[in-house]
Amino acid sequence: MKNNTGKQMLAATVSSLLAIAPVTGAFADLTIATVNNGHMIEMQKLTKHFEDKTGIKVNWVTLEEGVLRQRVTTDISTKGGQFDIMTIGMYEAPIWGAKGWLEELDFGAAYDVDDILPAMRGGLSADGKLYAAPFYGESSMIMYRKDLVDRAGMEMPDNPSWGHVRDVAAAIHNPPNVYGVCLRGKPGWGDNMAFITTVANSFGARWFDEEWKPQLDSPAWNHAVSFYVDLLGTYGPPGSSSNSFNEILALYNEGKCGMWIDATIAASFITDPKQSKVADKIAFAQSPIAVTKRGANWLWAWALAVPAGTKQAADAKRFIEWATSKEYIELVAENNGWGSVPTGTRSSTYANRNFLQAASFADAELKAILSADPSNSTLDPTPYTGVQFASIPEFQAIGVEAGKQMSAALAGNISVEEALANAQNAADREMRKAGYY
Amino acid sequence: MGLVYFFPILWMFLTSLKTELQAIAIPPLLFFEPTFENFTLIQERSDYFKHALNSVATSFGGTAIAMALAIPAAYAMATAPGRWTKDLLLWMLSTKMLPAVGVLMPIYLIVQKLGLLDTRLALAVIFAMVNLPIVVWMLFSYFREIPAEVVEASRIDCRRTRDTIRHVVVPLGWGGIASTALLSVVLCWNEAFWSINLTAADAGTLAALVASFSSPEGLFWAKVSAVSVLACAPIMVLGWFCQKQLVQGLTFGAVK
Repeated sequence: MKNNTGKQMLAATVSSLLAIAPVTGAFADLTIATVNNGHMIEMQKLTKHFEDKTGIKVNWVTLEEGVLRQRVTTDISTKGGQFDIMTIGMYEAPIWGAKGWLEELDFGAAYDVDDILPAMRGGLSADGKLYAAPFYGESSMIMYRKDLVDRAGMEMPDNPSWGHVRDVAAAIHNPPNVYGVCLRGKPGWGDNMAFITTVANSFGARWFDEEWKPQLDSPAWNHAVSFYVDLLGTYGPPGSSSNSFNEILALYNEGKCGMWIDATIAASFITDPKQSKVADKIAFAQSPIAVTKRGANWLWAWALAVPAGTKQAADAKRFIEWATSKEYIELVAENNGWGSVPTGTRSSTYANRNFLQAASFADAELKAILSADPSNSTLDPTPYTGVQFASIPEFQAIGVEAGKQMSAALAGNISVEEALANAQNAADREMRKAGYY
Repeated sequence: MGLVYFFPILWMFLTSLKTELQAIAIPPLLFFEPTFENFTLIQERSDYFKHALNSVATSFGGTAIAMALAIPAAYAMATAPGRWTKDLLLWMLSTKMLPAVGVLMPIYLIVQKLGLLDTRLALAVIFAMVNLPIVVWMLFSYFREIPAEVVEASRIDCRRTRDTIRHVVVPLGWGGIASTALLSVVLCWNEAFWSINLTAADAGTLAALVASFSSPEGLFWAKVSAVSVLACAPIMVLGWFCQKQLVQGLTFGAVK
């Protein structure tokens, strides 16, 4: 064997190197970067209809949300050209569109662009031009256990006061079987800060004043965060500082949460008997308010966009036109029923009787989406748009840092005052560095 | 102790046979009716075999490159140590302490400029570079155990250094080389950071496939467990068959 050792090694090396010879990129295909959620997976399955119709092959790259943001940002800013279509959110679309990083989307009359819900269309546009087409949209609302609230002799109206929410949470709190309220606590600008910003908006707070000066040291922020920390600390499940959408979804489906205020998309999961033990015991109400209704519920959309510079812009737009059309929604309904269609994008979906019958949450969801206004989301005027975020490139870093501080306050590691002061300093530093003042 | 080490793998396997609702059950379910729906769903939604092939190619390719560079380097340092050999070895190892994300942008740009984004070649070269310090260290330890007299005597018979390496050092250190290569394959196989960041539709490895099943909105524990079982299975089978060589190589010279 030893005499052959050299030959064996050489053979192994050559065959290994042959195996890694560059795989030539098939530029004729479309490559889509997307997140892994139910609606996107469904689109992936139904793409064969598009492929059969057009002869265009579509490759899917599914990434974790944080990785997707990082990858598409890197790809677009370095003109990497790895993706022809990108799944982006309402935060990125107007910023990237204004920078000229995205192709403008201008579809024919058959697409019926006016059917797209105005809030979604506005949030995905810059200077009146549409840069991303919404695939599904969401707002936030209260999803509560009606059986528990009824048993406690309480009621849950639309837009209740935060004080009422606290009273209801206290009445149904019965640990460890049921916790009064479950809310996001995991740090992240799209995690805890999305929710906390809506609370802060409703308490009359804002991220920046008209001169772009951060306002986290204002009394309104203090009241909002103090209330949030106290509510979740008293009536929330243990370990809330590491809970976000999925963790709470798991708790809710197990029947451990009496109330949950989060993305409207959750309604389709918690009312699905295959996933939820409490599917038939749930009711919905519009988000709570303190001093104003403005910005009390968020607005978000996952949308499809074409990066500027792709060699296949025409084919990519053709795919987006198909995937965000009324016909696509009907195709999903045909295959999986009206309860499974992507929601929050088109008025026609909410006018469809079959959909209204299949989705018990439809009315509440539409009401929430229509009431969210990204251009008027705070009590006092601001220079930014966005409900649960400020649509500027610096916000991501500011939101991440603020999220860590709020999570630390929730965990009891620092006081609310300390957390807000630290977040204010970080925001101030970031804004100065960016040359806002 | 063995059970403690094995428990996470066992739990991953059990979770892969549950429905999403069973996977999140509190208290956790030990007895349940197993289902294979997660495994069928994975193949429906993605091409497991393509990812597995990419993993095999990049792991073995990366290891081949690393070994081709490390064997001569380790031989030189083991048989003719200089004043700075120890420092050089320590410096090489210190590069492992650099967080990968710190060099993400430069490496991404280099790979992009070379037109190698989303190729197995780029991944294999990066895997080789990432593992090179450990591979050199291990080989250095093994080659040092080869008696100096044998190497010296072989220099009389072999005219060129490469013949000495080929006919004497490699055969004598075969156990160590094999175990180092195996360890390198395992490390390459499990590498996720570069696979996720440098691949798209063509060259994604099993690590990238596992990551793609994490969901921002929706339950995914059972599906991620199933895809993790499928990602671990080939390398566990390889490790099982090669465990004798692996243990032999890793303990080589330990009791001298």
